Amino acid sequence: MDRPNRRVFTETLLTLAKNDRRIIALASDSRGSATLNEFAAELPEQFVEVGIAEQNLVGIAAGMAKCGKVPFACSPACFLSMRSIEQIKTDVAYSGANVRLIGISGGVSYGALGSTHHSLQDLAVMQAIPGITVILPADNRETAMLTRQLVDYPGPVYMRLGREAAPRVYDDNYRPAIGKGTLLLSGEDMTIVAMGELVRSALDAGYLLRQAGISCRVVALNTLKPLDTEILLTAARETGALLTVEEHSIYGGLGSRVAQLLGECGPVPLTVAGFPDEPLVTGNQEELFRHYGLDAAGLVEKAKELLRRKQTTRL
Amino acid sequence: MTLTELAQKTLETRREVLRLIYRAGAGHIGGALSAVDLLVVLFYDVLNYRPEEPAWPMRDRFILSKGHSCEGYYVILADRGFFPREELASFMKYQSRLMGHPHPKVPGVEVATGSLGHGLSVATGMALAGKRDQLPYRVYCLLGDGELAEGSIWEAAIAAAHYGLDNLVCLIDCNGLQISGPTQQVMNTQPLAAKWEAFGWEVREIDGHDLQQIRQNLNQVPFTVGRPSLVIARTVKGKGISFMENDFHWHHKVPSREEYERAMKELEGVGPSEIGA
Repeated sequence: MDRPNRRVFTETLLTLAKNDRRIIALASDSRGSATLNEFAAELPEQFVEVGIAEQNLVGIAAGMAKCGKVPFACSPACFLSMRSIEQIKTDVAYSGANVRLIGISGGVSYGALGSTHHSLQDLAVMQAIPGITVILPADNRETAMLTRQLVDYPGPVYMRLGREAAPRVYDDNYRPAIGKGTLLLSGEDMTIVAMGELVRSALDAGYLLRQAGISCRVVALNTLKPLDTEILLTAARETGALLTVEEHSIYGGLGSRVAQLLGECGPVPLTVAGFPDEPLVTGNQEELFRHYGLDAAGLVEKAKELLRRKQTTRL
Repeated sequence: MTLTELAQKTLETRREVLRLIYRAGAGHIGGALSAVDLLVVLFYDVLNYRPEEPAWPMRDRFILSKGHSCEGYYVILADRGFFPREELASFMKYQSRLMGHPHPKVPGVEVATGSLGHGLSVATGMALAGKRDQLPYRVYCLLGDGELAEGSIWEAAIAAAHYGLDNLVCLIDCNGLQISGPTQQVMNTQPLAAKWEAFGWEVREIDGHDLQQIRQNLNQVPFTVGRPSLVIARTVKGKGISFMENDFHWHHKVPSREEYERAMKELEGVGPSEIGA
């Protein structure tokens, strides 16, 4: 049964924290959204509430990290990544404090609550800060396994998790590694590269394209920074066209990063699928994905258009 | 250390601060000079630390939230043996560790500061970690008064009182001036004592250049068990150099050769009884 990744994260963290007193969960009146109520009740000495004060959340987490704690600062991604970005830059990254920043209900998870609650710029700002690892798990299994790896991972991390049930992508043999992409579907004509909870849509699109006679490769990334450039450049070389898919602004995220990579290492036709540079229409997450062509059907259309471009483009 | 010895240290530190800034052609001299007496008492008389083992887990932590006043901090860290004194000559020079704002690559510096309003949150986190682990160390944080306009300071003030962090000591270098003028005109944050008391802190107001008062009060923390302690230190921006005192233009002005020589003469010419004692 697919469940929200945020829920899987907190259950995993609670299990880990019971055997590791260094682990501290911090919330900014975000116990509910981060599903931390159980953690707070069971391990009050390893839980810190700071109230609605995201700057203080990150500063306190940095101070605790500097005293040997392993703090997980959990707050809605929209506020954590914007309201406290300077604390993230200075107190965490620049000061070398090993804080785990957990962006809850990321992307357009909050749907019809509107743009105040969407985090569509978080990847852009995070990846521009030296030293921060940026992680987006796709499904429950990947979330649980990456959470475990975060405890002793060196350096600060931003991990974004969605609010809704995350459809399963990986089987029980999958072992994720931070910074390592995964080949989900083989193909020769083009490649879809997806991140986070849009990996499932990308994979579904890959199957639909296969049914339409198009050999589409699908690559999943659980880490935006450091980027697995090898899997991307191999895909570019072998399939000759890339479609990047992200729950983020088309500026500054995965697509921008891949465009930079292709510009440096040899271009192929590229389509960047994400949210446009404009206020979004009202809708729940699913409706927004469909509206902006980020569901499987929308990605199939973008893929076909990309293939047409590949056939007519001379680089 | 005796008061006379402490007073001697404040003079030496002020001279070195002046030298650093003159040589580098940059720095924040006014606020560096107002904070010298507080820093000297902290580092020569109050804080418990091991220069040869900067990461000693039981050490008292110090955070210079007003990171632009790093010159006196660097001078004292070098004098206490955290790094070689000769390195001070590299202040703000190409590839030096000693930038215009502190960074933990300088031994003794806990976290990077310089963007105002950050230090007290980090100090609160350190104090909270100490409480949770039942460790005896204290955390000291030095703020500027202009910095108090940053909202994040008050987020931290609320949290420190909420968690009853009596192992946290905050000092405000209250020199009354900031980069564009008197703090009360730029953004009036008075009455400070009443504000901090209302936020749940135990507050004392002292003369921030009276070494005896500084020492006496810092040796009495926590002022109340179960509450964080605040020292509002009334200071003079540019303290010790007559033509810089109480003039906000000296926030980050660099002295000319003539001004440098005149200032150095003043700092050499006065006895410990006239300044800082």
